[in-house]
Amino acid sequence: MNQDIALQVNNLRVSYMTGNREVKAVDDVSFSLYAGERLGIVGESGSGKTTLALALMRLHKPPAYIMGGEAILNGRDLLALEREEMRQTRWSKLSLIPQGSMNSLNPVVKIKHQMADAIEAHESGWTRSQIGKRIGELLGRVGLPESVAEMYPHELSGGMKQRVCIALAIILEPSVIIADEPTSALDVVVQRVVMQTLNDVQEELNAAMIIIGHDMGLMAQSADRLAVMYAGKMVEVSPIKSFFHDPQHPYSKLLISSLPSPEEKRDLAGIPGSQPSLLELPSGCAFHPRCPIAIEQCQQAIPPLRHIRSDRRVACDLVEDQAS
Amino acid sequence: MKQAYFIRRLIMFFVVIVLAATLNFIIPRLSPGDPIGAVLEELRARGASTGGDAEDEIVAAYRARFGLDQPIHIQYFRFLFNTLRFDLGHSISYYPQKVEAALLRSLPWTAGLLAISTVMSFAAGSFFGAMMAWPRAPAFMRRFVPMFMVLSAVPYYLLGLILVYIFAFVMRLLPLGGAYSSGTIPRLDLDFLLDVIRHGILPALSIVLTSVGCWALSMRSVMVTVLGEDYLTLAEAKGLPDRRIFFAYAMRNALLPQVTSLAIALGDGGFWGSIGRGGLQLSRHRLAAL
Repeated sequence: MNQDIALQVNNLRVSYMTGNREVKAVDDVSFSLYAGERLGIVGESGSGKTTLALALMRLHKPPAYIMGGEAILNGRDLLALEREEMRQTRWSKLSLIPQGSMNSLNPVVKIKHQMADAIEAHESGWTRSQIGKRIGELLGRVGLPESVAEMYPHELSGGMKQRVCIALAIILEPSVIIADEPTSALDVVVQRVVMQTLNDVQEELNAAMIIIGHDMGLMAQSADRLAVMYAGKMVEVSPIKSFFHDPQHPYSKLLISSLPSPEEKRDLAGIPGSQPSLLELPSGCAFHPRCPIAIEQCQQAIPPLRHIRSDRRVACDLVEDQAS
Repeated sequence: MKQAYFIRRLIMFFVVIVLAATLNFIIPRLSPGDPIGAVLEELRARGASTGGDAEDEIVAAYRARFGLDQPIHIQYFRFLFNTLRFDLGHSISYYPQKVEAALLRSLPWTAGLLAISTVMSFAAGSFFGAMMAWPRAPAFMRRFVPMFMVLSAVPYYLLGLILVYIFAFVMRLLPLGGAYSSGTIPRLDLDFLLDVIRHGILPALSIVLTSVGCWALSMRSVMVTVLGEDYLTLAEAKGLPDRRIFFAYAMRNALLPQVTSLAIALGDGGFWGSIGRGGLQLSRHRLAAL
């Protein structure tokens, strides 16, 4: 890959402090996000996906704290910015499509004002009519009539609200968009259309996008690369095609075999056991108690996320390197 | 549908009025003492009556004048009928003044005082309550919480007495009572206005101080809920300035239930408060509304 890097995350650690104990929700996560690409992040509930997204925007609330690491956007470490600098960076460079889009719009403020204040907070010198025109244009781009601008959120359906959130996210043409389960509250038909809209506007802007979710089908359709999180760590990062055809990490393999496939008839396998509590992580590799191929060594050392190919990384000592 | 609803409400309204009037008729008659006896007591105290036959004649005259010589059911229906046409009759203790004159004289002052101080305490309480819940507010804001809790537990008339004692009686900074200095004639100029304000400070302060705590605490609890909403996270993600998030996203939304309470407080507290206090005066002066 010799593409430009839009966002480089190095050794990010986010913990929840409960009493004197530290719960590592995001533990030593590093990844690169290339300009214009769509990186999917999947994982079970509680694996740290949303914490990761919020921490990148520094929207995490106590008891969550960033314990270390860096997130470099345009040559500057987001985690080291002053409050005011961070405020200016948000939305203009890095925007968010929130998880609960149903409640993400202020119920007592008209759509146009909620869109306008994003512009007003970052740009000066826009006239009222310029802002109005821009809002109309954006609503059109996500397939909504211009009249939506004059409406309140309760007048819109779930899919329409999600489109408003997409329009809102691209209003300042950011270089990175974080979509946190952008379609989880929608029915499957609307999901597909909204996801298509999202992909279209992302391509037009050539923005990099992180899509967080647990819908593997959606990821297969949208993402260019996929990162799998397990108990706060990234266990596999891989191009989407290779991931689905030839998953490497034992957890990824089990994930894929638990998905129904129209091509072959086979029994769907689940993953035995359940995700460990982050308070009492198993020693060594956190996945070893559920892993079908675990050996003695897995209980001792935490396997690093290493390259098995130039474009694939896996955190399992038992996976062999591949020729690129 | 709408008409049926309206008629139903109207009937309810009249039933409530008649019931209330009936209670008002019965309760004074159940209480010991006799209004005319009290008037005589006063006359005696002033040395205007010496007792004996003359006094019996006065009693009879009063009874006839107020209709108290009639059988109880006739009294009741006359009372109801007069109430329905807003004729409250003459005051026994302030005879020959009409009752409504006495009420109307104090009503605007009471209502005005209550309305102004309720709005003031609503505004101050809502703002303080919002600040108490705001995580980036100055730390001393959170120390107001126990103070507001104590204040909201004190009844306004008790605080009123304490304030009058300290500021009017001991320090002699402010007047003891009344709406304006005795001897001045109400007119629309600055001097009179200032005089009214000087007289209003203590009663207003007692109402504001005791109710501001309730406003602040309820605002704080709504605000805490609003701060956890997804749209606040999105507002922050949008990079809006703190001030804008506070006023346009958090406080604006948290104010909704507060405004409902304000309307109830104004209607309920203002209207019934002043009528109620009028009623209190009625019973204190034993005015039989006949």
